Amino acid sequence: MCIRAPTRRLDRKRNGEPEKAEGKMAIPTVMGTEIEFGIMVKNDPDFDPISSCVLIVNAYREDPDGKILWDYDQENPLADARGFQVEGEKYTPNQQENIARNKTLINGARYYVDHAHPEYSSPEVTNARDLVIHEKAGERVIEISRREANNLLPEGAQMLIYKNNSDRKGNSYGCHENYLMDRRTSFKKVVEPLLPFFSTRQIWCGAGKVGSESRNHPCDYQLSQRADFFETEVALDTMVKRPIVNTRDEPHADREKYRRLHVIVGDSNMSEFTIYLRNGVTALILSMIEDGAISKDLTLRDPVRTIREVSHDLTLAQEVTMDDGTARTALEIQSDFLEMALAYTSSRSLDPVQKDVLQKWQDVIEALGRDPMELDTKIDWVIKKRLIESYIGRKKLDWSDPQVQMLDLQYHDSRPDKGLYYLLERQGKVERIVTDEEIQHAVYNPPRDTRAFFRGECLRRYPSEVFGVNWDSISFGLENESIKRVMMAEPLKGTSEFVEELLDRSETAAVLLENMGS
Amino acid sequence: MATFIRDLKRDRADRSAGAEADPIPLYMAAAEQKQKSKGGGGDEGDGEKGEGGQKLAEKGEELKEEMDELLDEIDSVLEENAEEFVKNYVQRGGE
Repeated sequence: MCIRAPTRRLDRKRNGEPEKAEGKMAIPTVMGTEIEFGIMVKNDPDFDPISSCVLIVNAYREDPDGKILWDYDQENPLADARGFQVEGEKYTPNQQENIARNKTLINGARYYVDHAHPEYSSPEVTNARDLVIHEKAGERVIEISRREANNLLPEGAQMLIYKNNSDRKGNSYGCHENYLMDRRTSFKKVVEPLLPFFSTRQIWCGAGKVGSESRNHPCDYQLSQRADFFETEVALDTMVKRPIVNTRDEPHADREKYRRLHVIVGDSNMSEFTIYLRNGVTALILSMIEDGAISKDLTLRDPVRTIREVSHDLTLAQEVTMDDGTARTALEIQSDFLEMALAYTSSRSLDPVQKDVLQKWQDVIEALGRDPMELDTKIDWVIKKRLIESYIGRKKLDWSDPQVQMLDLQYHDSRPDKGLYYLLERQGKVERIVTDEEIQHAVYNPPRDTRAFFRGECLRRYPSEVFGVNWDSISFGLENESIKRVMMAEPLKGTSEFVEELLDRSETAAVLLENMGS
Repeated sequence: MATFIRDLKRDRADRSAGAEADPIPLYMAAAEQKQKSKGGGGDEGDGEKGEGGQKLAEKGEELKEEMDELLDEIDSVLEENAEEFVKNYVQRGGE
């Protein structure tokens, strides 16, 4: 049963062919991020990450009865975007485990245990600015639940959470970006420009990292937390032999129309400015790919080698080998993407966020060409480098000192009074994009312009009647009735525009379903 | 000095098993704290040549002071046993 709502036009001609519309972006952007956090407990000899994750996720209580399930039924992590299904077992927890490990929140987010990490998956948003707001709201949720969890730990034990990607001991955990794409764009066409784009974008969105994971390639500091961990170009796995382009094909939406591009190559950023560009620019590049606007061939000879080399090169001047044998720097490659983007957007109307993202990206590329350290209030790796260099200068340390490693880690600490990023923010040392009020609002309110609105509002209004939730459906358990699942295959339906009035008229879920014409 | 003492108190409160302060006011209070004004560069536009040099020097002094204060604050919150802490920070591989 579908939500009865007026169909949103996606600019199609009568014969089903999409318009290559001048003045319009390829497909309305829908995006979100899922972030795995590092977790530890000080002064607890029995520390076990998995039970600590269960503790922290459960410490965040919105659902009074604590019995809503995550609906794993329609998940398909073994589907590969290149057109096949990998053999393997799909893990589905039993009901008890499910409830212990999953929370779907009234702001439309999912907060859960993923392997041995607490993970926050933001609700779907339509633009990079809302993405910043909701990703930051996730940091608040983590911190609120960390404090609650602390109350339940033995005396003296303290739980700590880090929004980063590396423990400097060979283990990594991710910040995954998700972008809605048109399924008709061939995956091959998507992969080709993304390999060079993802290998080089770290010059303006890397989170910075002290040291190297690779004994053969040591370094004091590098641009990206994740770069050392990539071993293949294109693949399905996300945990071993990580690929620069991930082929996971779980759209959580109408499979005929949509693809969800699952990006695992990014860093967990603290700076709002960096998060904004990371998602805003990537969304723009994806639109360009869909519209056939990537006119230059920027194929690299060896992307896996390049992603590491670029990360380790703080001068941004080292040249990498292109497939045609020529040598370019990462900055030149990104400048080429920028040039194509400026050409692409010159004949299109952009919304204010898109305009702002493009302008800021251009300013950043130009600044990188003059002196990257100009960006010490904007880009994480530069902010962090400035911080560390100042500290080293004062204390006469060197890069291998444990205190320097501690600075790297504590930059990502979730506590607003201890986290070094938050300290800098408080002191007015970093440029902000959104306000604390907006972030606070987003902790308890879903975006209004995606299906996250319907999901979040149902959870807020009818918590005792919701049986299970997934990204593209919500199920209700009513008295004397079988479970009723409402499908939400369109990410841009179920918005406040379509359903708020309906929800306001429906005091209970039973009434809602009646009104929806079941 | 006052900053240092305040942070120590918060640190102790953080570690206690008792009820923690609502984090929401903490973020708001942090945002309300007076932001150090960065000011423009040495080119406030006006001023005669002689003054320009002095302004730059003053600006440099100001920035150095700000940096010193910032580093003081970092020192006061940075984990004390860095070596042990960093050694003990191990994660399971995630996605």
